[in-house]
Amino acid sequence: MRTLLVLLDKEFRQFFRNPFLPRVVIIFPLMIMFVIPWVTTLDVRHIDVAVVDHDRSQTSRRIVCKIAASDYFTLRGVEADYGAALRRLEAGDVDAILEIPDRFERSLAAADPEWVSIAANGVNALKGSLGGQYLAAVVGETLAELACERGETLPNAAPIVQNRYNPTLEYRYYMIPALMIMLLVMLCGFLPALNLVGEKEAGTIEQMNVTPVNRWTFALAKLIPFWLIGLVVLGLVMIVARVVYGLAPEGSPGAIFLAAALFVFTMSGLGFGVANGSSNMQQTMFVMFFFVMIFILMSGLITPVESMPRWAQGLTRVLPPRYFVDAMRALYLKGATIADLWVEYVALTLFALLFNGWAALSYRKQR
Amino acid sequence: MNEHEAVISVRELTKRFGTFTAVDGISFEVRRGEIFGFLGANGAGKTTAMRMLCGLSYPTSGSGRVAGYDIVTQSECIKRRIGYMSQRFSLYDDLTVLENIRLFGGIYGLAPGAILRRAVELLGRLGFRREARTRVGALPLGWKQKLAFAVATLHRPEVVFLDEPTGGVDPVTRRQFWELIYEAAAGGTTIFVTTHYMDEAEYCSRVSIMVDGRIRALGTPAELKRRFAVGTVDELFRLLARGATRSE
Repeated sequence: MRTLLVLLDKEFRQFFRNPFLPRVVIIFPLMIMFVIPWVTTLDVRHIDVAVVDHDRSQTSRRIVCKIAASDYFTLRGVEADYGAALRRLEAGDVDAILEIPDRFERSLAAADPEWVSIAANGVNALKGSLGGQYLAAVVGETLAELACERGETLPNAAPIVQNRYNPTLEYRYYMIPALMIMLLVMLCGFLPALNLVGEKEAGTIEQMNVTPVNRWTFALAKLIPFWLIGLVVLGLVMIVARVVYGLAPEGSPGAIFLAAALFVFTMSGLGFGVANGSSNMQQTMFVMFFFVMIFILMSGLITPVESMPRWAQGLTRVLPPRYFVDAMRALYLKGATIADLWVEYVALTLFALLFNGWAALSYRKQR
Repeated sequence: MNEHEAVISVRELTKRFGTFTAVDGISFEVRRGEIFGFLGANGAGKTTAMRMLCGLSYPTSGSGRVAGYDIVTQSECIKRRIGYMSQRFSLYDDLTVLENIRLFGGIYGLAPGAILRRAVELLGRLGFRREARTRVGALPLGWKQKLAFAVATLHRPEVVFLDEPTGGVDPVTRRQFWELIYEAAAGGTTIFVTTHYMDEAEYCSRVSIMVDGRIRALGTPAELKRRFAVGTVDELFRLLARGATRSE
């Protein structure tokens, strides 16, 4: 126990004396939190649209006006024929073409109406597909409005979608918990790994290995500082989320910190274990990058796990961040409780034990 | 405790790395209070042998006991009773002299009061009083080496292993360093030291000379000079090392 305190004292002194680390731990999260929520948005806006209006009716003009007025679209022009519009699409001038057929308005009253056609550029898959959907929605809305003005109701009125927990579907609210997780993955994965391998490179680990220090004590003394750093960083970014973006957690901060503590311990255990297995900085960095890439891209942080192929979904079950991502979003946006998320908490506890057990066991004083 | 009991005894100690045999079946004993010079050319296997004795490396075969404990199965018990100073300076550069002393004193389980008393005594003996709060990284090499020795002997170990402690150190500091070694030996600590300076070898109670992983000569400097009919340990070393087939 006293050995642990002596070692912790050493770790903290070294951390605060490092000219680089304390600043990184504060500045890196702040930069991420101030910049990234504004730029990583999947709300597609300013889609360039060309309209080919063969109908030239009141309805078609109404549709064009609505497109021009919308923030989602920039109307690039009304073309006389489809060929001209297609050339502009090919030139990269426009992202989507809306073609309104001849006698569109008149056919609406008929049993078998003509329908508009939409062509979208799929090179930017997200912009193309969302652009197409938005255009279809605008046409539908316009028709509904016109019908409403005539005092009719459309037989196939669009269902009303209400987004619970994030009513305006604000993308930032979805991203901010994800960014918190990314920060914890990066800081608490990389820093312990670099710390330990740094001791290897400096040769100081050898002086430790020749002392009677217990390897569990040594491992714990290496991990605890990063545990605390992770929680301090989390507190900091939660304050930023509240002050700058007005996003306060719906769930209890205690539950959030408990989940984060388990996750951070898992990550630092991984970093420690990877450093044990590598002999220099480069090796450690590459192996850690591999894990971090997989963790960030596969844990549902950016794209939902449910839309992955079956085998990949199975794979995500062995990734600790998957449980943390689920827990964090539920805690932050839905106000879930520990009782609701017991599966996630149990999974994170098991991962924390597993990774740290592996870390301490893979640390060998004698080879 | 018997003056002549063996503190280190090694039987057929061997270490192989793949097909390369770094240490090839060496056997020897070191008695309590001796200054044992472990000589050999670069790559002869000295450091590898020393690392096995300190419990940093497992032998491929053979056995050994240090301070009464087995080097394979009881290495953690050995670690309480030995001090080690590696070839590379390995104290923490970003901690001060005093902090390094406190750290290692704490790890060896010395009480804070005892650490402070020994630190004051050590710093006084080394003439380091004013540098107590200097970061170790800022000290000149000779001072670092003296400090490393002080830290390695802080917990009054039975045996202290010194791997080329005076490499790159100026002659005056080298002289002072050997005075520290003598003091420690006089206090009953056994010294196991490797060196490339043959004048230092003359100060040892006994020396062994390793060539290509084997011990080719073992005895007091006077005995060996007589046996091989040479004037100095230096000549003896050249005579034996000439036959070496491997170098660094």
